[in-house]
Amino acid sequence: MRKVAVVGVGETKFSGAQEKTSVELFGEAAAEAIAESNLKPKDIQALFLGNVLGDFSEGQGSVQAFAAESIGCAGIPANRYEGACASASMAVRDAFMWVASGFYDIVLAGGVERAATMGTALATRTFSMFSDSRYEFPSGITFPAVFAMLAHLYSAKYGIPLEKLKEQMAVVSVQSYKYGMFNPKAHLRKEVTVEAVLNSFMVSTPLQLHDCCPFSDGAAALVLASEEVAKKLTSKPVYIIGVGQASGGPLVSQQEYLPRLRAREISSKQAYDMAGVTPQDIDVCELHDCFSIASLIAAESLGFFEFGKAGEAWMKGEADIGGKVAINPSGGLKSKGHPIGATGAGQVYEITKQLRGEVEPERQVEGAKIGMTDTLGGDGSTLVNMILERGW
Amino acid sequence: MEYKLTFKDYNEALKQNKLLGLKCNDCGTVTVPPKMVCRKCSSPNMEVIELKGTGKIQTFTTCNVAPEGRESEVPYVILLVELDEGPWVMGNLTGIDPAAASMELIGKKVKMTGNAVFPGDKYSAGDGARPLFSLVA
Ligand SMILES: [Zn+2]
Repeated sequence: MRKVAVVGVGETKFSGAQEKTSVELFGEAAAEAIAESNLKPKDIQALFLGNVLGDFSEGQGSVQAFAAESIGCAGIPANRYEGACASASMAVRDAFMWVASGFYDIVLAGGVERAATMGTALATRTFSMFSDSRYEFPSGITFPAVFAMLAHLYSAKYGIPLEKLKEQMAVVSVQSYKYGMFNPKAHLRKEVTVEAVLNSFMVSTPLQLHDCCPFSDGAAALVLASEEVAKKLTSKPVYIIGVGQASGGPLVSQQEYLPRLRAREISSKQAYDMAGVTPQDIDVCELHDCFSIASLIAAESLGFFEFGKAGEAWMKGEADIGGKVAINPSGGLKSKGHPIGATGAGQVYEITKQLRGEVEPERQVEGAKIGMTDTLGGDGSTLVNMILERGW
Repeated sequence: MEYKLTFKDYNEALKQNKLLGLKCNDCGTVTVPPKMVCRKCSSPNMEVIELKGTGKIQTFTTCNVAPEGRESEVPYVILLVELDEGPWVMGNLTGIDPAAASMELIGKKVKMTGNAVFPGDKYSAGDGARPLFSLVA
C-alpha cells in the first residue's frame, strides 16, 4: 500500500439557509482545493462525494456527477456516499484506499449539504430517517431524542447526578462556541455562557438548544495524492496514516453497550492500529459533537479519557488547547456547523490546516504533529475515524 | 432464506396488542426487533414467540420538537425498555405528565398496556405501531 497525502483543501463558509445550489457550493470548495494543490481540474481522476439529503433539500440526486462536470472534471467516475452524518468521511476513506492501492494517483473527495435550507420541520423529519424507520420512528424518535436518551443513560450508568452532567455538557458547548468565534468559516459565531446554555429552549430533555448543533448548509473538498505525486505538488503534505470504519444496527439493538457506541470502538482501533499510534499521541482531534453529550461519549471511546470522566476533563481544560488533547478548535459541529454530507471533509480540512499551522492564532494548536477525525453517522450506524500526520 | 418474522407480521400483531419476538433454538436468546439471525449467536434457527410486554425503563426523554407532520403530538415521552426476556424496545410512556418525567423513571418497572399507530406519511411506506407502556404500581 502506498502513502497518501492531503495536498489541497477547500471549504465554503458553513451557514444557515443560503441560495447557492449543492453543485455550486461543492464546486467552490473543490476549486479552492484544486487550486491549492497546484493542479488543474483535468488532473483529477475520480470524485468521491458525501451528500445525504440533496433529494429532499433541493430535489437533486446525482450531485456528484453534475458537480464533476460543472468544475471541469467531465467524464471522471463520480461516486456518492450516504452514511448519514459520516458520509463525507466515508468518501474520504474510500478515496484514500483507491490512491493507496495504486489505482489512482490524484482524486477529489468531499461533501456538500443544504440541511439548513430544509427548515427545522423537514430537517428533523429527514434526519430521523437515520434511526430505524419501522421499529423506532413510530415512537416519535428524533435525532436530539436519541442523544437525549443517551444523556440520561450516561447519568444513570456512571452515577453522575443529572445537574452535574448538565453543567459539564454546558462547558462542552461553551468551549466550542469560544473557538467558533475565531473561525471565519463557522456558522454560529457568538459568545455563549454556561448560564445561557442552561437557560436555552428545552429541545428533548435533558438537551437544550445550546446542547445541539445547528442544521447547516456548506461544502468541503480535499485533493488526495500518492506520496510520489504529493512531493512534487507541495512542501507541506499531510499524510493520512490510519483509517477505520465500522457499522452498527439500530439504537435499541445496541442495548447494554449504550451509551457507548461499539462501532466507534471498532473504527478507532482500526485507525490507531494502522497508524501505529495511541490516544496519547493525538495533539488535536475534531470529533463528532452533534450534541454536547456526544462529545463526552466520543472522547471516552476514542481513549482520551476514562469512561464517565470526560465531563470532568472538559471542566479541567484537559480537552482544550493546552490540555491533554485539543478537541474541536474549529468550533466543532456545535459552532462551526453541521452540513451533514460535508461534515467529515470539514473535519479533515480543519486538521490539515492545524497541522500546517495555518489557522487563526486564537485557535491554533501550536506544534500539532498528529491529528484525528471522528465522524458519526446516525446513532452509531456508521463510524469513521482518520489519523493524519504532518509530513515535513 | 425467508425472515421468520417480518415487519408486516410484527406490526399487525402489535396493533392487536401482541408484542412478538424471536427465540433462538440454539442459545435461547430473544431477539426484538426481528432480524434474520439471532442477535447473540447469529443462528437463523429461531421461532416466533409472544413476549409478556413487561420490563424496566433503561432511559427516556420528553421530546418537545417533532418531525414534520407530527407537531401535534408533542410533548411525548420516549422510552427504551429492557424487556424481562432480555431485548430492548422503543416505545412511549403513557399515564404521566410528560413535563414531569425525571431521572426517577430509570429502573422503574413498566408494562405494555396498549399500542399507538403512526399512520404513515409520504416517506414511510405505510403505518407503524409502537408499544405504549405504563408504570407498574
Ligand atoms: Zn442464538
